[in-house]
Amino acid sequence: MQATDKTLVRIRDLHFSRGHSKIFNGIDIDIPKGKITAIMGPSGTGKTTLLKLIGGQLKPQQGTIYFHGENIPTMKTKKLYEVRKKMGMLFQSGALLTDMSVFDNIAFPLREHTELPEVMIRDLVLMKLQAVGLRGARHLNPSQLSGGMARRVAFARAIALDPEMVMFDEPFTGQDPISMGVLVQLIRSMNEALELTSVIVSHDIEETMAIADKVYVISQGKIVGHGSPEEMSQSNSPWISQFVHGEADGPVPFHYQASSFKDDIFSGEYVD
Amino acid sequence: MFDWFAQIGKSAIDFWARLGGEVLLFLQTVMAFSKIIFRPGLIIQQLFSIGVRSMLIIIVSGFFVGMVLGLQGYNTLIDFGAEESLGVMVALSLVRELGPVVTALLFAGRAGSALTAEIGLMKATEQLSGLEMMAVNPVERILAPRLFAGIISMPLLAAMFSAVGVFGGYLVGVDLLGVDTGAYWSQMQARVDFDQDIVQGVIKSVVFGVVTTWIAVYEGYTCLPTSEGVSRSTTRTVVYSALAVLGLDFLLTALML
Ligand SMILES: Nc1ncnc2c1ncn2[C@@H]1O[C@H](COP(=O)(O)OP(=O)(O)O)[C@@H](O)[C@H]1O
Ligand SMILES: [Mg+2]
Repeated sequence: MQATDKTLVRIRDLHFSRGHSKIFNGIDIDIPKGKITAIMGPSGTGKTTLLKLIGGQLKPQQGTIYFHGENIPTMKTKKLYEVRKKMGMLFQSGALLTDMSVFDNIAFPLREHTELPEVMIRDLVLMKLQAVGLRGARHLNPSQLSGGMARRVAFARAIALDPEMVMFDEPFTGQDPISMGVLVQLIRSMNEALELTSVIVSHDIEETMAIADKVYVISQGKIVGHGSPEEMSQSNSPWISQFVHGEADGPVPFHYQASSFKDDIFSGEYVD
Repeated sequence: MFDWFAQIGKSAIDFWARLGGEVLLFLQTVMAFSKIIFRPGLIIQQLFSIGVRSMLIIIVSGFFVGMVLGLQGYNTLIDFGAEESLGVMVALSLVRELGPVVTALLFAGRAGSALTAEIGLMKATEQLSGLEMMAVNPVERILAPRLFAGIISMPLLAAMFSAVGVFGGYLVGVDLLGVDTGAYWSQMQARVDFDQDIVQGVIKSVVFGVVTTWIAVYEGYTCLPTSEGVSRSTTRTVVYSALAVLGLDFLLTALML
């Protein structure tokens, strides 16, 4: 299968399960180059898992994930590590190394992977920090950062090696309105300035829809819809409409699977 | 019926698969030594946090253990009029047994538990995944320098324990109870054998260094990435290390005597 010029990541017929629970049941996703692709779905649908599959940290039971026309699941470890240098990933928690300063965190990938002299590393790190507006915070420790700042530092670290693609895991979750706005704007502007391919995994509909070029909605192991944000918000598929409009009950039921309420009430069991 | 067979088969396969995984991880870590040798900064940092930070507890404990040996030894030896041999007795007990064993037990409690908690927390806060995604292998960058530093630290700590213990025995035996200074030192010098005693002690503590540090590192690396998982793994590190050290001590003693 050949990746066309415009598709950076091409996922086909992806199956993944953990123990007995099936997390993906044959999904197809195309991530276009230079665009912002959002992958949305309720918590626990496997969004983080999907990013780890793309990063090669997990192996699918079936299916292919082409990055630049090369299949990630069948790559040798060495090759995989090479490919990962072209991907940046922002974990939900930031995943900053807690035993070093903000500066050293961003310098870390440069020091590990390049032979650059310290003076140049310093310049590069300050450039990245300037881009996320935290040049003044370089001496702080990760524990002294607010959640939003930690994500910005993680963003600066993710772009330290000038990757082609950055994956964001729930970048907006748990942010106050101001840092939410900062992050939204930062992702959008960096995407343009650095010609990044961005993948945002999120359940914050409004913010994500506002900056995404393309949206996929996952539910119960399947892609239930994809298209531009406008197409999604006008969709009349019950799955998408429930998710996009945040309705409590619908195809994704409000109640966790259980026997009927009446049977339960009258069964007379004290504990189950 | 078949379910039952299948279940047994599955447990057996799982067991061997897990064991294989453990051995493989250990080998990968040891192989990574060849790379981190060229990054002394990483090792020195770990020698500091694993070795230097354990020194205080080792020295204080060694001192007390030595003093107790002095007291108990004197009381027993004097019945046979052999209190002149106190120095040999203290030195041999420390160098051959108590030095390596007690040091390893204290090391597991002080450094081992800290290692497990540190690595476990790195896992729980996605720092290890983060390293992988930055194309940095956590086995090389995190596990290998720690294991290496632990293996180097243990014999050095055990040597300190024994040295301080000999001094503690001297304080009690000679200064307090009046054993002859010359006898304390000269008998020790004459009867503690390098090949037999010192080398055996060093071999033991190197083995304990490998085992306790590996248990600590492994428990951290494979813990459940939750706060409960980290705390359980930390406890396991101390328990497994203690059992392994005491069991191996018997085995090594039996083999080397
Ligand atoms: N390390 C793990 N071991 C076992 N199950 C896991 C693990 N990580 C996630 N899961 C399960 O996989 C499913 C998908 O998880 P995840 O990808 O984190 O979902 P999302 O990011 O969409 O909230 C969840 O049901 C979760 O319980
Ligand atoms: Mg998630």
